[in-house]
Amino acid sequence: MAELIKLTIDGREIQAEKGKLLIEVARQNGIEVPAFCYHEDYTLQAACRMCLVEIEKTPKLQVGCTTPVADGMVVRTDSDVVKKARKGTLEFLLTNHPLDCPVCDKGGECELQDMVFRYGAGESRFVERKLHVDEKQWSPVVYFDAPRCILCYRCVRACNEGMGVGALGVGNRGAISEIIPNYDDHLECDECGACIDICPVGALTSGSYRYQTRPWEMEHVGTICTHCADGCKTTLGVRNDEIIRGNNRDRSGINNEFLCVKGRYAFDFTKHPERLQSPMMKTEKGYEPISWSEALEVVSTKFSEAKARGAKFGVIGSNHTTNEENFFLAKFARQGLGTNNVDHHRTGDLATFFDALSGKNDALATTNDVYAAKAVLVVGADLAQQHPFLSFQARANFRHHSAHIYAVTSGPVREDNQAVASVRVQKGGEVAGVESLRDKLKAEGDLVIVFGDSVQGEALRKLVAFGDSLGIPVKYVCLVDYSNSRGAFDMGVLPRDGGMSRDQMLAATDLDVLWVVGSNPLKTSALASKEAFVVVQDLFMTETAKQADIVLPAASAYEKNGTVTNVCGEVQRLKQAIKVMGTKADLEIFGQIAKEMGLNLGIWLPDKVFEEIRKSVHGYGVSPAQLALGSVPTMPLNGRVAALPGIVQSSGDTLFTSGSLTPYSEILNKVMEAPGTLYSGQGQSAK
Amino acid sequence: MAKQLYNEPSPLETRVVSKNFAIEGSETLDVYLANDGYKAFRKAKEMTPEAIIEEVKTSGLRGRGGAGFPTGLKWSFVPRTSPKPRVIVVNADESEPGTCKDRLLMEYDPHQMIEGILIAGLAVDAHKGYIYIRGEYRYLIDAMDRAIDEAYAKGYLGNNVAGTGFQFDLCTHSGAGAYECGEETALLDSIEGKRGIPRMKPPFPAVAGAWALPTLLNNVETFSAIPPIIRDGGAAFAALGTPKNGGTRLVCISGHVNKPGVYELPLGFPMLKAIYEVAGGIPGGKKLKAVVPGGSSCPILRAEECDIPMDYDTLAKVGSMLGSGGMVVLDETTDMVRFALRIMKFYAHESCGWCIPCREGTTWLKKILQRFYEGQGRREDISMLGELSKNMLGRTFCALGDAAALPTISIVEKFTEDFEMYLARQEVMV
Amino acid sequence: MTFSPQLEERFAKMLTRYPEGRTRSAVIPMLMYAQDEVGSVTKELIEEVARRCKVTPMQVDEVVGYYSMLHRKPMGKFHVQVCTNISCLLVGGEELYEHAKKKLGVGHKQTTEDGQFSLEEVECMGACSWAPAVEINYDFHHFVTPEKLDQLIDGLRKAQ
Repeated sequence: MAELIKLTIDGREIQAEKGKLLIEVARQNGIEVPAFCYHEDYTLQAACRMCLVEIEKTPKLQVGCTTPVADGMVVRTDSDVVKKARKGTLEFLLTNHPLDCPVCDKGGECELQDMVFRYGAGESRFVERKLHVDEKQWSPVVYFDAPRCILCYRCVRACNEGMGVGALGVGNRGAISEIIPNYDDHLECDECGACIDICPVGALTSGSYRYQTRPWEMEHVGTICTHCADGCKTTLGVRNDEIIRGNNRDRSGINNEFLCVKGRYAFDFTKHPERLQSPMMKTEKGYEPISWSEALEVVSTKFSEAKARGAKFGVIGSNHTTNEENFFLAKFARQGLGTNNVDHHRTGDLATFFDALSGKNDALATTNDVYAAKAVLVVGADLAQQHPFLSFQARANFRHHSAHIYAVTSGPVREDNQAVASVRVQKGGEVAGVESLRDKLKAEGDLVIVFGDSVQGEALRKLVAFGDSLGIPVKYVCLVDYSNSRGAFDMGVLPRDGGMSRDQMLAATDLDVLWVVGSNPLKTSALASKEAFVVVQDLFMTETAKQADIVLPAASAYEKNGTVTNVCGEVQRLKQAIKVMGTKADLEIFGQIAKEMGLNLGIWLPDKVFEEIRKSVHGYGVSPAQLALGSVPTMPLNGRVAALPGIVQSSGDTLFTSGSLTPYSEILNKVMEAPGTLYSGQGQSAK
Repeated sequence: MAKQLYNEPSPLETRVVSKNFAIEGSETLDVYLANDGYKAFRKAKEMTPEAIIEEVKTSGLRGRGGAGFPTGLKWSFVPRTSPKPRVIVVNADESEPGTCKDRLLMEYDPHQMIEGILIAGLAVDAHKGYIYIRGEYRYLIDAMDRAIDEAYAKGYLGNNVAGTGFQFDLCTHSGAGAYECGEETALLDSIEGKRGIPRMKPPFPAVAGAWALPTLLNNVETFSAIPPIIRDGGAAFAALGTPKNGGTRLVCISGHVNKPGVYELPLGFPMLKAIYEVAGGIPGGKKLKAVVPGGSSCPILRAEECDIPMDYDTLAKVGSMLGSGGMVVLDETTDMVRFALRIMKFYAHESCGWCIPCREGTTWLKKILQRFYEGQGRREDISMLGELSKNMLGRTFCALGDAAALPTISIVEKFTEDFEMYLARQEVMV
Repeated sequence: MTFSPQLEERFAKMLTRYPEGRTRSAVIPMLMYAQDEVGSVTKELIEEVARRCKVTPMQVDEVVGYYSMLHRKPMGKFHVQVCTNISCLLVGGEELYEHAKKKLGVGHKQTTEDGQFSLEEVECMGACSWAPAVEINYDFHHFVTPEKLDQLIDGLRKAQ
């Protein structure tokens, strides 16, 4: 238990934990101490000197961000001396800072602007020549304007410490010091844009956002990123029904300030010109646009007719549609169409996972557990590529808590830099590799094991048995891809009770109807049944859509409401940011088809469907109030889970690819970097 | 003596660390051994570490690099019992304008410094030493390497120093041109292969210094003074100086004097005597205008203020510093505006750029002084120079900000007439 | 990239001097000595030093820009460094520098056409009591007058 002490700040007696930083204690008590370089997640710099305060009995002003509080300390943050110091420091800073506000993207959300307003120095006494160098472009999305840079080193720390990439450094000396990229004149990095968002001024700006709008002209909508299973909250800036930018500067959601390139930038697929905006029907002349009513009539007629004659249906759902949509689709298939042939592209062996965990109550790790556990073991997964937020959490855990990181993978991974031990294994040798770490792991306080799809079936059971045998609390993360793979599983988009799996459906020569929602199986597989009536709901004319009889234009995750469940089982709400003309949310399409078919499957509004989910899906007894506040962990059925047929295979996405969406994200295409080269070679010198 | 030194010695000197300078072959081990070499080390080997440190404390030796921190006290901060090995780093980055003494110690008596390092090794149980030498001193890195090689060859470094069983390894490390690397924590970052950026204290280098190891860091002259102190006793050394300011120091007298040079004078030696008797007075009989007492980072003294003994405490009392021992003498012809400009150019060039006040402040002040010197000055510039300097003073991450601010404030305040003259000239020209 | 046998020997020793896993410490001395042989700190040299010292090229780059004696462009065969700091200033250092500019026909950090000489106005080099001071490559010259500087330069020219 930390010792509490009493100190006085600006005449107020304040109680605080001994040893906490003065700037933190002040801020937590509503006393503003300005700072540029101080950031609670990264190492202390004491470089900007804005946080200087007066402490009784010390002659010089003291740095608030590095001084720990002590009993009896008397601090003044509002005395004339302190005010003069702040104004003086700002005046120094503004001598070389160009008066770019009218053309600078940061105007309106610039910390320097805010500080000058608050602490003076609006008029400068500087009449000399300012230092100038031209703006540079370091990557398709990162621009750097050195004169604007105040050298707070936040970007350097965010890249090095936060992201573990270390692509930014500091060059030259004195007043001509400059942030430099890791390759002479350009960056080779994750392109995550963390540097841009953490920059307090407009020195680092976004290539995709610049000069388009002012921050106050946008509506900011917080929703969940649709590209991977980590479930990061991304705040989309919307103007005139167009998404202009994404970031998480308000630090909401499970991910604090973290976002990867996909969460920040890859929203632009929503406005790609090839976006389907009208239902399409296959004719001899190719695909013709038809009206919604026509399309729905064709589909519902075909479905009803096929159902009547006992035809074979195949329903392939999506791992990025919402829980509500997945629930409704599963219901539609079983109750509405009378078929158990329901599946989705399963990217993690959740069935075996939950079965192996049956009887355990707290074996599922949340994203926060990855940050808080004493030890984290990564098995058969390259987190930095496929689960960048989990990678970030593990790294932050190491940085803040000196957690022990272990990696058992087939190739080098970014976690090697922080790992206590890294074991290289062939695919299939993961469990043996983990076993070799038994002694070290046994000695840990607690452990989170994160494993990829190469650990499935028997190997997965062995891994859980290993965890059990350590005699310490162990939690697991079974990695899956895409924003709602867990949701697809939890909602039952699965071949239960003898239903055909996805590959079985595709291989069945006697399949009559294939209904594909938000998935692209025919990119890699062939459809055996040439006579099947194929209905596809998607955003673009994917390979699967190109073999469909009817294509229905669907809305993306950024264009609808609903909930999604991330890789750790945390349920979060989507919030609609924009609407793309001509598209409909998958849920609405289901509902309309059901209506045309005369089926009663319930009201197809997300809130209503979620009410049903709450009541009928084990572990989803989450109240709307809880959801409104943020993420809620779900505990799935805690009993035996029947094995499922079909293969489980990860999508193998990288930082710069996202299933079918990648070809349509201009930004992802522009920044495409070879997956492995980010940390092959000599790597970051740890010291 | 046939040896030609860089300047003639003065009879008023008290030669302690420079006692071997004039001897032919003084840089060789044999000559060093023949002249009291390693007597102190053998004596120290028989003393306890506490006793060694106590002797250094008694001597009143204070850091000769510029900060003047009591050396014995500094040594006592190094935790002898820490699980991490201790390391010794010698600050031979001598870059303070006006200072040119460490050069001579390394050129003429390298083994004395090595012996001092070894004794420090005994005092803090360290067995590894690095001599950080500024890049410009390449010929001295070579000279030090030669001395070190000789010491190894003859058993005065390595596994069995002077046959006592003590183990110590020593090597040189080159700098590459950066004044800030003379700041002890910036030096540590530099020796780690990084930019010379100073570090937050705590942790202090004694606890976590080079490569996070407990580090003992001192100036060349400080280490060189250790053998005489151990050999003849701390009290004897202290007695040469004034109370709390023990011993002698190498004073580098430069500027407008007839006999500029490096002279070893006892602490407390009168400044005017140093100028007029040791350094032969001012050429052409000109009047004294000002003195920079200990390197460009010190507040300047007007001629009237120079009738003082030169020791740390007296200089501090008159609002300046004894500093690095670089005493620069300015005669009546000196243009103080030009002088202030050159000083600020130096600091602006050498500022590491880490913190806002120093980075931006030194450049701004340089630009004002440049404009003033070029005849475009305004009346408000004079007060602004003082104000901006005071905005840097005490606000910066390391002492370089103060080092730039203090001389500037003192020049503007004590020699306002020089600045007034510039303005008067401008009015005439208009 | 390889260096002369003497340099290779020096570098081999250098990499063993520092604590375990701390070869980064060798970066600056390695750059200094290699620069003498290579002529300047080229991109190739940066990558070589990075490889040998087990750091990233950017970490070497950060250092090159910080230290005054590391040059990205080659200086002349004889790099003439004239100090104009306070002690030298008082006895004619700035005038000496102006004279050097005229004598060599180049300015600060510039090299003569024939690549023989380059000039740099430098900060205090530690020869204050024997000012005006000039360093040519690594050789110190004291009490340098314009005439003495001319002699030095002419002497070096003749020896070519």
